[in-house]
Amino acid sequence: MTVTTENLGSPDIEALPERDSLIVRCWNLVRRQPLGAAGLLFIAIMTVMAFGAEVLTSINPEEQMFEHMLEAPSWEFLLGTDNFGRDIWTRIIYGARTAMLVGFFAAFFGSVIGLMLGVGSAYFGGKIDLIFQRVMDIFLAFPSIIMALAVVSVLGTGLQNVIIAIMLPMIPQCARVVRSSALSIREIPYVDAARALGYSHGRIILRHMSPNVMAPFLIMFTSFVGQAILAEASLSYLGLGVQEPIPAWGLMLQGGAEEYAESAPWAAVFPGLAITFAVFAFNLFGDAVRDVLDPKLRSR
Amino acid sequence: MSVDADAGSAESGLSDEVLLTVRNLRKYFPVTEGMMIKRTVAEVKAVDGVSFEVHRGETLGLVGESGCGKSTTGRCILRLDPPSSGEILFGGVDMANLSRAELNKMRERIQVIFQDPYSSLNPRMKVGDIIGEPMKVHGLLPDADKRRERVAELLHVCGLNPAMADRYPHEMSGGQRQRVGIARALALQPEFIICDEAVSALDVSIQAQVINLLEDLREQFNLTYLFIAHDLSVVRHLCHRVAVMYLGKIVELAPADQVFDNPLHPYTQALLAAVPVPDPEIESARAHQTVKGEVPSPINPPSGCVFHPRCPKAVDGCSMSVPELRELEPGHWVACSEA
Ligand SMILES: Nc1ncnc2c1ncn2[C@@H]1O[C@H](COP(=O)(O)OP(=O)(O)O)[C@@H](O)[C@H]1O
Ligand SMILES: [Mg+2]
Repeated sequence: MTVTTENLGSPDIEALPERDSLIVRCWNLVRRQPLGAAGLLFIAIMTVMAFGAEVLTSINPEEQMFEHMLEAPSWEFLLGTDNFGRDIWTRIIYGARTAMLVGFFAAFFGSVIGLMLGVGSAYFGGKIDLIFQRVMDIFLAFPSIIMALAVVSVLGTGLQNVIIAIMLPMIPQCARVVRSSALSIREIPYVDAARALGYSHGRIILRHMSPNVMAPFLIMFTSFVGQAILAEASLSYLGLGVQEPIPAWGLMLQGGAEEYAESAPWAAVFPGLAITFAVFAFNLFGDAVRDVLDPKLRSR
Repeated sequence: MSVDADAGSAESGLSDEVLLTVRNLRKYFPVTEGMMIKRTVAEVKAVDGVSFEVHRGETLGLVGESGCGKSTTGRCILRLDPPSSGEILFGGVDMANLSRAELNKMRERIQVIFQDPYSSLNPRMKVGDIIGEPMKVHGLLPDADKRRERVAELLHVCGLNPAMADRYPHEMSGGQRQRVGIARALALQPEFIICDEAVSALDVSIQAQVINLLEDLREQFNLTYLFIAHDLSVVRHLCHRVAVMYLGKIVELAPADQVFDNPLHPYTQALLAAVPVPDPEIESARAHQTVKGEVPSPINPPSGCVFHPRCPKAVDGCSMSVPELRELEPGHWVACSEA
């Protein structure tokens, strides 16, 4: 195909307005969403704890110092020790690693698989969509923690299985929300254009529809991380999650912490606070993400 | 434009080769009720027995009021919607019998330009990727650098600065976006392009530019167009032949000049009477013959001739029998028993 271009000169391209610098944009965000920013700050602190545990403390989290059992907070042991003489500050820091690991991976796989299924269901429509919706309804009828308990009792405990158990109930939740957004995307002509251009189903779902349902996806993802941290703590507390001696906040609440709750409250209070703050931080951040990305969802 | 006896080759450059044949096309959309178990309570007869041919190099206009089934006809040809019945032959090949791979190959030959330049481009993709993706998917230019060159060339051909390849659609004006849509349609080097109201959403000044571009491209790349529009003035300028649709049916099909200068169907006459003339003196002196009543619902179209309840020339027989398209003058087909 040859190209002749009389009277088709290229018009001059006008410059685009410059974007604000990153710092300015961050500051604007802090001003508009102070709670979200506070949440993000705590998430950042937790991330630093998770990655830099070895730097933040020199004590081995599994080390039992029998000469220091149930000691109150002091300069040596910032948050005290538990009934095995393990440093609580150290275990909270390493527990952050476990919490973030489970929270992030469960939320990631749960929301990404939910995204694909939800968008796919909306894209194919018809019978496939109808059957898919009913199956999702069945799964949504179980409370998440019951389903997670059932999965753990089948698969067994351990980090990987805990992630799977927490992730599974998230899939239908995410799929349902994403599907309803994707249904409207399905009607937008660029999807028809993609079909007319002969793109594969997978390409249309992944490249053309999924990026345009990012708002509900990110909202689900951030709220899932908080939910997953709480679910991991619950499962671990019940003895069905992460197993000793791996440091996990839920585990720190059971056993000795319960037994000596009155004489040594620090053993239960600090891990409890860690869970509370972590979940709270992700909820605040999630709400801010939702407000920024999708003001329509605010009233939910 | 001279009007020959043979409407297909009304102008130089048009061949007798039939590129697209649509035969008795019907598309009924079910109207369903019920949450869990859907049951069909009625049908929207969006397209109800439409037949026409498009010759290579020709531009066939498809006009009619909003909701008369123009887009649905286009979507059936593109196989975005499966037809309820009828035949669509492209280059002699029946589109219904193609496998998915064969259909994808066919899609290199038939492309589409949509009405709304804001929603027909993926907002998350850069212009260069939007235009380059079809070539990549179809393996036309596997080499990324060659593809970039070709994208720049296509942008240039469509009157855009090749530097626009790095922009997102929202950073462009409506006219520029529509040019991107045109460049994307050209990426696969199609023979046939369906323009579904391709200029209707644009400002009048930009409409003219885009129409000129479409004309230039038609000559440059030997394109054949099915030009869907509800604006008749646009159609007259661009089309060789025009088909007028009403409630899912073609009521008149003739060379463009004959449709405009000598409309034979009462609906076409009414439609033309509704087009304002730019000159205010002529406009005020003109007899305004408007159609009475509303367009009936395609769920329950009138019996016999679908236009009869609104037709100024209707006689008793019109509600009884469905008028067939008859060739009243050479190449001039009308579906009216009284014409
Ligand atoms: N997917 C669909 N489901 C149900 N009805 C539809 C669908 N698409 C179009 N229709 C109906 O079919 C008729 C023709 O629509 P369309 O082809 O878009 O008209 P036009 O393009 O001429 O304005 C309209 O009455 C419209 O409501
Ligand atoms: Mg339309």
